[in-house]
Amino acid sequence: MMTTFLKSREAILALAILALLAVIAFRFPGFVAPANLANVLTDTSPLIILALGQMAVILTKCIDLSVAANLALCGMIAAILNGIGVPLPLILIAVVALGAGLGAVNGLLVWKLNIPSIVVTLGTMTIYRGIIFVLTDGKWINAHQMSEGFKAFPRAVILGLPVMAWIAVGVVLGFALFVNRTAPGRALFAVGGNPHAAVYTGISVGRTQFMAFVLSGALAGLTGYLWVARYAVAYVDIAGGFELDVVAACVIGGIAIAGGAGSVAGAVMGALFLGIVKNALPVVGISPFWQMAISGSAILIAIAFNARGQGPKGRIILKQAEHRA
Amino acid sequence: MSILKKALTTAALATVLMATGAHAETKRIALVVKALGIGFFEAAAKGAEEAAKELGDVEIIYTGPTDTTAEGQIEVINSLIAQKVDAIAVSANDTDALVPTLKKAMDRGITVISWDSGVAPDGRLMHLNPSSSALIGNTIVKLAADHLPDGGDVAILSATTTSTNQNVWIEEAKKVLPNYPGINIVATVYGDDLADKSYRETQGLLQTYPDLKAIIAPTSVGIVAAAQAVTDAGKIGSVNVTGLGLPSEMAGHVKSGASKSFAIWNPIDLGYAATMIAYNLSNGTAKAEAGAEIPMGRMGTVKLDDNKEGAMADPFTYDASNIDQFSSIF
Repeated sequence: MMTTFLKSREAILALAILALLAVIAFRFPGFVAPANLANVLTDTSPLIILALGQMAVILTKCIDLSVAANLALCGMIAAILNGIGVPLPLILIAVVALGAGLGAVNGLLVWKLNIPSIVVTLGTMTIYRGIIFVLTDGKWINAHQMSEGFKAFPRAVILGLPVMAWIAVGVVLGFALFVNRTAPGRALFAVGGNPHAAVYTGISVGRTQFMAFVLSGALAGLTGYLWVARYAVAYVDIAGGFELDVVAACVIGGIAIAGGAGSVAGAVMGALFLGIVKNALPVVGISPFWQMAISGSAILIAIAFNARGQGPKGRIILKQAEHRA
Repeated sequence: MSILKKALTTAALATVLMATGAHAETKRIALVVKALGIGFFEAAAKGAEEAAKELGDVEIIYTGPTDTTAEGQIEVINSLIAQKVDAIAVSANDTDALVPTLKKAMDRGITVISWDSGVAPDGRLMHLNPSSSALIGNTIVKLAADHLPDGGDVAILSATTTSTNQNVWIEEAKKVLPNYPGINIVATVYGDDLADKSYRETQGLLQTYPDLKAIIAPTSVGIVAAAQAVTDAGKIGSVNVTGLGLPSEMAGHVKSGASKSFAIWNPIDLGYAATMIAYNLSNGTAKAEAGAEIPMGRMGTVKLDDNKEGAMADPFTYDASNIDQFSSIF
């Protein structure tokens, strides 16, 4: 039992994160101070939340490239609603609903029209950013145009952590419960693992994929508000290219790109790994010209691990079953 | 037929010219902008009106297409040619597309200059840049130094490692550093013009250099993100964020004190200077040649380089005293 745990991806990733922290601490001891680690967790919260949504989508053999554009559009809507005096609770409900709606558009196209998800979301990604431009004429909404309460909510500190980090913690717990303990959550694995078998057990592949997109969209909508409130600025290009970080976090976390395999702990640690790298690079004194190469190498190494770990998986299970029998 | 038509047109033109002859002393200068309804250009038009008032015998025609297209500007310029204006000062939507139309205008004796966004040398007598790399480089260091009488450590937060503009400005800034004793540039980091990366890089700077006194961000995304990061770190007052930004985007951070001052070109001055130059060229009081110095009223003179381009002035400094006035403009 212990040895299988130590061999698991999650354990390897946890060790990799600890090793990474040790190396960083060696060069810049202040980085592992509790206050700074709390900062890193807060900074990584959007990535964690989006990685979980992306995980749901990837489990069903799809991919959602529109998350960052969805985030930007919902964030802009949040800022606009705040500008016309809508109270914060209503804004939160509105962005989650809007995000879910935008996710539903992706889901419907994948489900009803059978278009490959990478094509659908590549298209909606551009459309969502385009809508922001149409809404705002490319103008920014700036710090002084947002109300104090709007900006203060994610920063408010409860029990030593900002609300933003607590929201991420809440989403992680809720998502773990959903994926591991509910029928729709298990259906994600069934659909990705073996679509034909899933159909025979009465699970609709399309409907499950649709649900995954709605979930991913809703989480992107929520993150949209958090993002805009944290950086106190909303414009067309916010979170540009962030969808790639989200997919990278999933890949590092061992979510199989072919669907059907992965864990919540893996996705969270994948996001944390990337978050730590991003936060550490500015302080460890590495030339900015090397930073991109280092981030990229970390992802490649993770994928290499992934490929090795997933080689002859199907057969091993059969052999184990044989042994037991 | 065509001879008859030509004769008729000439006669008609002659009549028009004679009719307008009485007002011949009033110079009509057209300020053609990228698109109408943009705060930056509305402000430039204000500056042009100011110049017209000062000169007395100038009428400003402020015009432009409704969207930022070269086709729209060509139409506008064609109608200005038909109206026989004396001068056209254009901020172009395309470097090359306007050249044939502007050539036609110059053939008709209209003085054509470009400002803000230039056209190719063939299509204008001269181009007025808001500022020059050397002036910008000097200004961004001066902005930091002005609030650091005893000197101190400053860091630069740039856009990407490959942004040409920013790299040139930073290079120029480093050249003038000896003129500002005590100012010490400790690091140059890159926020890639992304709010989140710029924010993180700023956090990194604050951690790595606890004695940091100022952050210079010569990019509008970076300066806003840096100001927010300094605010969130509770370092308002000990770390001053400055650089290049837009007044509408920086208003909140100037009021909170995160940024004591920052700079960008002043559109009012730009419109004023473009009008003055157009007037002087059209009058023949100055000639647009390489090396020539053309007077621009209260803005001094502009010296043209071999490309017949000139830089107006240092970027204009915005602080708590004037931010409200300009944040509503652009």
